[in-house]
Amino acid sequence: MEPKKMKMRSEGLAVFYQQYQALRGIDMNIAANRVTALIGPSGCGKSTFLRTLNRMNDLVEGTTIKGQVYLDEVPIYDKEVDVVGLRKRVGMVFQKPSVFPMSIYDNVAYGPRIHGIKNRSHLDEIVEKSLKAANLWDEMGSRLNSPANRMSGGQQQRLVIARVLAVDPEVILMDEPASALDPISTAKLEELISELKKNYTIVIVTHNMQQAARVSDYTGFFLSGALIEFNTTSELFVNPANRQTEDYITGRFG
Amino acid sequence: MKRGPAKKRRSHKESFIEKTLAFSAGLFVMVIAVITIFIFSKGLPVFLQVGWQDFIFDTDWRPTRGIFGIGAMVLGSIAVTVSAMVWAVPLGIATAVFMAEIAPGHIGRMLGSLVELLAGIPSVVYGFVGLLVVVPFIRQHLGGNGLSVLAGAIVLGVMILPTVINISRDAILAVPKEYAEGSLALGASHHQTIARVIIPAARSGIITAIVLGMGRAIGETMAVVMVTGNAPVAPNSILAPVRTMTSNIVLEMGYASGDHQGALFSTGMVLFVFIVALNLVVNRVAKAGGINGKK
Ligand SMILES: Nc1ncnc2c1ncn2[C@@H]1O[C@H](COP(=O)(O)OP(=O)(O)OP(=O)(O)O)[C@@H](O)[C@H]1O
Ligand SMILES: [Mg+2]
Repeated sequence: MEPKKMKMRSEGLAVFYQQYQALRGIDMNIAANRVTALIGPSGCGKSTFLRTLNRMNDLVEGTTIKGQVYLDEVPIYDKEVDVVGLRKRVGMVFQKPSVFPMSIYDNVAYGPRIHGIKNRSHLDEIVEKSLKAANLWDEMGSRLNSPANRMSGGQQQRLVIARVLAVDPEVILMDEPASALDPISTAKLEELISELKKNYTIVIVTHNMQQAARVSDYTGFFLSGALIEFNTTSELFVNPANRQTEDYITGRFG
Repeated sequence: MKRGPAKKRRSHKESFIEKTLAFSAGLFVMVIAVITIFIFSKGLPVFLQVGWQDFIFDTDWRPTRGIFGIGAMVLGSIAVTVSAMVWAVPLGIATAVFMAEIAPGHIGRMLGSLVELLAGIPSVVYGFVGLLVVVPFIRQHLGGNGLSVLAGAIVLGVMILPTVINISRDAILAVPKEYAEGSLALGASHHQTIARVIIPAARSGIITAIVLGMGRAIGETMAVVMVTGNAPVAPNSILAPVRTMTSNIVLEMGYASGDHQGALFSTGMVLFVFIVALNLVVNRVAKAGGINGKK
């Protein structure tokens, strides 16, 4: 794979929850228009890392962050950074999908409305496009006014993805986006991810090795808050440099 | 094998607990029933004799002559309650939002204990302070003798603030933090998140807070009697004295007898129906509503 332009980059990134150190000096490059997968056992800090990329950890009381993260080589942990603007550019799909208690339409239109789009037909267009991209239009296109929290878990997960797409960010962070999806929806989501990387940079956390191997171009393996190995996905899965990485991807690991 | 007897013993204990609970619930229902029957049996005769429309809407109250129209008092209750809510509800909700979403933890907690304190003060103390501070202030700066709708609105408003604040704050705090996170992650500001996601999600709880505050305002007696002048005349201005339904009962029950006493019970009956109706509204709203409505 040819060397790619960097979209984001973390440098010596450390995160503390009170006294507990959840990340220990992470250096990682995230290539533009590529899919980067983060893998590792539960509790190793994948979500924590992901959340530092759009400063969602700022909201957790008692969190300390050291080091720096760059978006297009501009540091995002500087005093004068506009966090709201950052989050518009770096969207996030959470590990636990939570739709707003409003209609399907209003959920998807929420972001565009926040960012000042009022024109109804323009909103309609965005909603349709986002729902189609998230593979939800066929099921829900005719039920846009029904409450979102009556949808199934998998539908809600796709709605949350549509909601992020509607804002048209540059980077999309996905924390286990397929955890509530059936195999067909999962396959479609993976298709969607491959589709999206033409226009977006994607970072995805997954517990599914095959999924990481299928969708990602780069993979990072985390263990106990450290980035043990980072490489192209083909290299990391076929030829892991580290013994712990090998144990994990071959399933010999807790 | 050992599990059998152990299980059996537990189920004995459980059935005992269940019976105790059922008995308590039954007793509770009975007490309510007795009170209701008592009020209606005492109040209904005069109410029907006068005719419900005349009783509720007629503003002529001359009990010694057997003329029973509580229209002035119904109006009085509404005037005092509405003017108390007009300022206390917005202030209470704003305070609740501040405490739950904006203030840093320790300040929120400090405000919380302040509200608890406010809620713990007996109503006669509010009335007394109202009489010594609010009434003279109105007399000197706004005119009239100070005993007025306005004095009642100020004192009552302060008294319902804790109810409005506490219940709204709990409703706001019960909104899952995932909603806020989801909104912020879409690039919404904190204020947009509060206005467009958190408050709508807490809507049914906030409405409950308002209606319970209203119930408290309508039912309050002591403080209102002390600061409103109690003239049984429909108020024509916010500075005019006023008598509420509760005041009507407490002022005259000492010497009333016969039909007069019956008319006071009828007044209580009207109040009772009114407050039950309010509670039904609360339940309806809570059921219909969003996440605080107990899905
Ligand atoms: N708000 C918090 N306060 C304190 N500790 C936290 C907090 N959030 C996460 N942690 C801790 O930080 C560590 C990393 O958590 P993180 O959620 O990043 O793990 P993860 O790799 O995403 O795990 P999983 O695969 O189970 O989602 C864990 O030990 C977790 O207990
Ligand atoms: Mg996680």
